[in-house]
Amino acid sequence: MTPAASTSPSTALLEVRAVSKRFSEKEVLKTLSLNVAQGEFLTLLGESGSGKTTLLRLIAGFEQPSAGEIWMNGERLDTLAPYKRRVNTVFQQYALFPHLNVRENIAYGLRANNTPKQEVAPRVEAALAMVRMSEYSGAKPTKLSGGQQQRVALARALVNRPQLLLLDEPLSALDANLRKEMQGELKSLQREVGITFLFVTHDQEEAMALSDRIALLKDGSLEQVASPREIYAHPATAYTAQFIGQTNLLRGSVRANVAECGILRFPSAAANGPVLFSLRPESIFLATDNLSIADPVRFRATIRQQFFGGSTELLELVCADSQLVRARIDARGPLSGEHEFVFSAAEAIRVTP
Amino acid sequence: MYSRLYKLAVSLPPLFWVVLFLLVPYSLMFAHSFWITQDGSIVHSWSLHQYSQLFTNPLYATVFFRTLRIAAFVTLFSLLLGFPLAYFLSFHAGPRKELLYQLVIVPLWVSYLVRGYAWKTILGTDGVLNGALQYLHITHEPLSALLYSPFAVVLMLTHIYTPFVFLPIYASLEHIPRPLVEASHDLGANSRSTFFRVILPLSMPGLLAGATFAFVLTLGDFLAPILVGGPSGTMIANVVQSLFGAAYDWPLGAAISVFILFITVGLLFCTERLEKRWTFQ
Repeated sequence: MTPAASTSPSTALLEVRAVSKRFSEKEVLKTLSLNVAQGEFLTLLGESGSGKTTLLRLIAGFEQPSAGEIWMNGERLDTLAPYKRRVNTVFQQYALFPHLNVRENIAYGLRANNTPKQEVAPRVEAALAMVRMSEYSGAKPTKLSGGQQQRVALARALVNRPQLLLLDEPLSALDANLRKEMQGELKSLQREVGITFLFVTHDQEEAMALSDRIALLKDGSLEQVASPREIYAHPATAYTAQFIGQTNLLRGSVRANVAECGILRFPSAAANGPVLFSLRPESIFLATDNLSIADPVRFRATIRQQFFGGSTELLELVCADSQLVRARIDARGPLSGEHEFVFSAAEAIRVTP
Repeated sequence: MYSRLYKLAVSLPPLFWVVLFLLVPYSLMFAHSFWITQDGSIVHSWSLHQYSQLFTNPLYATVFFRTLRIAAFVTLFSLLLGFPLAYFLSFHAGPRKELLYQLVIVPLWVSYLVRGYAWKTILGTDGVLNGALQYLHITHEPLSALLYSPFAVVLMLTHIYTPFVFLPIYASLEHIPRPLVEASHDLGANSRSTFFRVILPLSMPGLLAGATFAFVLTLGDFLAPILVGGPSGTMIANVVQSLFGAAYDWPLGAAISVFILFITVGLLFCTERLEKRWTFQ
């Protein structure tokens, strides 16, 4: 994987160059390289323990890399003390100062950087207005709801006009509804201020909804870096395909440009040998729907279970060779027995195991 | 839920305890402070005579202000020792934290008297300190001012109360969420500024509790002056002790005790309110 390929070096704001991090015996990051473009919303996505928060902490300066370098705007970043970096962080539990009120919290960074006094007040007011918290300026953080604390944390970071904003699972402490609302606010805020966002989450839906690009981490290495649409449509590995959205992994082999995965046979350009394909459930249709599909692959299967999901239904299908396949079709009421299904051969994406 | 009998059985012993060992003695002391002595015996006639004595006899004022001064110094010095110690342990001790914590606590298991006598042997004219000073030719004859002075009292009580000051400060430092410190650095504050603007304000409850410990415990101490204080190091509790003992002037002793009690309660009330003001979680 060459993540740098999709960003030309001239526009890269942040460059993570072959960074490794080990905590005593455990190697948390393994020679990881990543570029973040100016003005980009990039998400580090991964399970807990994948190293995404460690990478963020290295960039913020709370940890030192064991090897490698981090550069920002053509300057070495990893050797700078955290308080000298033009990077600000929105912490997972917000980390608002409990002894300071909302206004003092937001002014903290400006005062620490000796911003001229007459400049502090208007900038704080503007930041408060930006996150629609002006009426709470005198409140102590403990009196605010989770969403409000979240907004204050954002304002406290953005008021310093950082070159890069780091967000460490900032929405994970919020309930589902508020979370959706804050996602929208975050996205529009990022467009408004034009600051580069590096966002950490374990929630793939959140990553898809917000990001310009997603960097998927697995065990301290980058699995794939691409736009949400690209990573969804063309997952490079089986792990990516399974982590981002749902998928069917079809195991089989290719011989003479024909892939054979159990009873499923379809043309493939892959070289001869064992292969693995990812086939999204929503790429499979009921054949009776009479769709005009290019390179159709038809197969018969028995419906084992049906899960109603509002606008769609998820079907668990058992093929004649007892292979299990999941299909997501438009909602149409209860189904049972054997049916013919169809998918386009182009939808079966070859992935590495 | 619980039967009436059970509730009674549970609440009676503490009630009995409070009445017998707190309410009754305090009431007796309070009553005594309004009585007078005549020809060596206590007369139960009510007057404010003892309190007027307390405020007119300069001897009591001298001892009282000396006690306040000693308590203030002990508080100051044990804070100056206890706070950096607690700060170091909480933030910078790393894996040695537990061991160092135990080392700070160990002196608390040693009897107060033993530690007092230890200071006597250190500070005395034939003591360890004088011996060392003469051996190193810093002094030519033993310094008698080391022992039996207010200085010795402050030294001994600072040594004894520093762990008491350390403990609440350490606890409050341990309670500071570390992301707050990181957030401060992240926002551009260096270590010094982070200390004064985040760590110190958030450790105020512990600092106040520790200071109160040292001050109040010193205010009522009478063993340190006996052991290392000498006549110039006499404190108010020694006066009370002698009034109840050799002088047999219980009413005056009681009046002084009531006076000190009110000061202590007032102090505790103030520091508790301050602690509340500085508590945010």
